[in-house]
Amino acid sequence: MDLPVQTYRVTRADLVRYAGASGDFNPIHWSDRTATGVGLPGVIAHGMYTMALVGRAVTGWAGAPDAVVDFGVRFTRPVVVPDTDEGTEVEVAAVVKEVTEDGLTRLDITATCRGEKVLSQARALIRTPR
Amino acid sequence: MSLDPSFVGRTYPPTAPYQVGREKIREFATAVGATDPAHHDPEAARALGHPDVVAPPTFPVLVTMAASRQIVNDPELGVDYSRVVHGDQRFAYTRPVVAGDELVCVNTIEDVTSRGGHGFLTTRTDVSTVDGEPVVTVWAKIVVRGEK
Repeated sequence: MDLPVQTYRVTRADLVRYAGASGDFNPIHWSDRTATGVGLPGVIAHGMYTMALVGRAVTGWAGAPDAVVDFGVRFTRPVVVPDTDEGTEVEVAAVVKEVTEDGLTRLDITATCRGEKVLSQARALIRTPR
Repeated sequence: MSLDPSFVGRTYPPTAPYQVGREKIREFATAVGATDPAHHDPEAARALGHPDVVAPPTFPVLVTMAASRQIVNDPELGVDYSRVVHGDQRFAYTRPVVAGDELVCVNTIEDVTSRGGHGFLTTRTDVSTVDGEPVVTVWAKIVVRGEK
């Protein structure tokens, strides 16, 4: 079963807010000069910000903020965030792989930005929505 | 860069307790756009059976990233942090983190490999309360990029 696709807009302001809230002030997430200096196309989102957006999608699908039992991802491609009002978008999709005997639901998740996958092996185990 | 595989299995001393604040959970939830009332309103959280506001699923990384400096800054291991890229991240929860928790981290190096000039380091952090109640186990794999 496919779950409804969730789309999140990501702007530089979001990255600055996440840096403050998380304490991750690595300048590749706010300085083009630093990002391009280490060979990136520009400022990129924190991987953990992307994972947090996926977490939002997962708890939304579960219908409960405390439903996540296991959650893992591999970061494969950076989410480049241009310094524009529009920023960029991250799309999160998932399929239900299995409902286990003990009432847990296994999701296989896809996260894309500009049509390219930014995560692989993204999986979550959630308490099955009632 | 190559990392010393003899570090596999090394466990570090427990970290000083991290006090999970209600306002920190609200701030983090707002930053990631998590609007469920249980992240913001203690009454909504209590209605779900929690003692105080519930942290979003990736919140424990605030605690474990700080704790993992123990490993990354271990002079014997010699990780060059300017060359570090985040590879994998995983959380296995016993229960969600809630405001009021005092969390202690125990870091273990689970795997060290070198491939194609890059070093790969997998750490496991067992997060429990100061009273010893397990809360969440967190795995992170970092890649230390080679010099070429």
